[in-house]
Amino acid sequence: MSTTKFTKDHEWIRVENGVATVGITDHAQNQLGDIVFVELPEIGKDVAKGDDAAVVESVKAASEVYAPVAGKVTEVNEALADDPSLVNTDPTGGGWFLKLEIADPSQLDGLMDEAAYASYVEESE
Amino acid sequence: MRYLPHTDDDRRSMLAAIGVKSIDDLYRDVPDAARIDGPIYDLPLHAGEMEVERDLAALAAKNVAAGSVPSFLGAGAYRHHVPATVDHLIQRGEFLTAYTPYQPEVSQGTLQALFEFQTQVALLTGMDVANASMYDGATACAEAVMMANRVTKRGKAVLAGGLHPHYRDVTRNLSHYTGFQLDEGAPNPDGGEDLEARLDDHTSCVVVQNPDVFGHVRDLSGLAQACRDKGALLVVVVTEAVSLGLIESPGAMGADIVVGEGQAIGNTLNFGGPHVGLFATRDKLVRQMPGRVCGQTTDADGRRGFVLTLSTREQHIRREKATSNICTNSGLCALAFTIHMALLGEQGFRGLAELNHAAACRTADALAAIDGVEVLTDAFFNEITVRLPRPAAEVVSDLAARGVLAGVPASRLWPERDDLADLLIVASTETNTGDDVAALAAALEEVL
Repeated sequence: MSTTKFTKDHEWIRVENGVATVGITDHAQNQLGDIVFVELPEIGKDVAKGDDAAVVESVKAASEVYAPVAGKVTEVNEALADDPSLVNTDPTGGGWFLKLEIADPSQLDGLMDEAAYASYVEESE
Repeated sequence: MRYLPHTDDDRRSMLAAIGVKSIDDLYRDVPDAARIDGPIYDLPLHAGEMEVERDLAALAAKNVAAGSVPSFLGAGAYRHHVPATVDHLIQRGEFLTAYTPYQPEVSQGTLQALFEFQTQVALLTGMDVANASMYDGATACAEAVMMANRVTKRGKAVLAGGLHPHYRDVTRNLSHYTGFQLDEGAPNPDGGEDLEARLDDHTSCVVVQNPDVFGHVRDLSGLAQACRDKGALLVVVVTEAVSLGLIESPGAMGADIVVGEGQAIGNTLNFGGPHVGLFATRDKLVRQMPGRVCGQTTDADGRRGFVLTLSTREQHIRREKATSNICTNSGLCALAFTIHMALLGEQGFRGLAELNHAAACRTADALAAIDGVEVLTDAFFNEITVRLPRPAAEVVSDLAARGVLAGVPASRLWPERDDLADLLIVASTETNTGDDVAALAAALEEVL
């Protein structure tokens, strides 16, 4: 069973079998334009909810990617080093950023589900 | 034409707006001891243009200019011949502006020159990539340490004792205000310094100058390996860029970052500044590099063009997370460097370096033959350190009175070190003729 949740900063987090995968949304990659570089955290790093977890650079801007919930980084997407455009082509699949071992699963409850995020994006436009 | 746009009424209303009575009130925080009461010496309030010109010429004539007498000054700033072509080209209207223009639509010439500058610096230092230049060698050195801290996520830099003290001071300033540690070595005029022993698991980088401030040239490949083994970076500092024409490049010896002073190529002494800082590194570290980078690209019609690139490292985009607060470069000095290098070509540059080394060998031989003078530098490029039988600052002063600029006394760089007081740092370049060396030797024999 998996659930995907969304943040107001346009990250997604998907929990499968106790492991959370984090990336940026299709809306976010669309706003950023061509992604040219992704800076990923060190494995083993502890992040608090809202901490800088990664940096995504497009031809237009460099933006922070924040941790949707607190946890320890267990894996990063090495494929992005060679092909950062995966974030553009497959933002919620092959373009994932990092995996987290979640410290407090109840923090997920405060995030938006897919429908809530869709209307949030619509309102903000 | 009036050069002061404000009327007395303007001033009164501005002072009233900020709540002070007079302009002098704005300076009340300056301690009394630091103030001059009354006029500045005997400076008149105003004078005619011809009188001013005459007075200033008389004032300037009190200086002994490096170009007017046999000069062996160095220690970080070197007098070389700058061909007239360099000055002519950099003063063309397309190049000479108050601010370096980076807009690709209007600045293809400037951008191409910067791209070529970067290529030359990368080739000279033996590195993959160089930036469009820094303010000077000392700030480039401090930036290299901060870059190494970011790359290694460590906070302690080991500085060699042979690093120019001005470079150490600038790095020290930044360490004080941004909170990283420095392990500073003591100067050793005989060369030789066990830097490997000072490496530990907290070391972000070792900063070593080659040739060092006393002129010693060292093979750094062992140190580079030791740094790699400890996960630290090797930062190599070059204060005399012409040395890169003869000495194995820092890149070939294993450096991770090479910084330096480019003044020696295409630029005059410029009173100690403006100079041009060099900064080069490995491809894999380029995103942590400070400064502007110019890149080659193609326009919409597929034609070659030049633009600034990798700007997301920089302050105007990354704000407080930028790699550095430098958002500019030493454009005109870098241009002079580029033009002179292009005029010399690879063979010419090597030839220039050989002339420098030959001049230094002549000087070393002449000084070694003088009773009481000991040459301390065995492997050198164009600069040596000698021990004199009495304080070097006095000797320099005596020789200046005889029309010879003998070099830089070590006491200028380390005023606190009495044990270095008798040392003189002597640079020789292609501008030093055999007559210059004879004049130096003769004057020294007279005063020692």
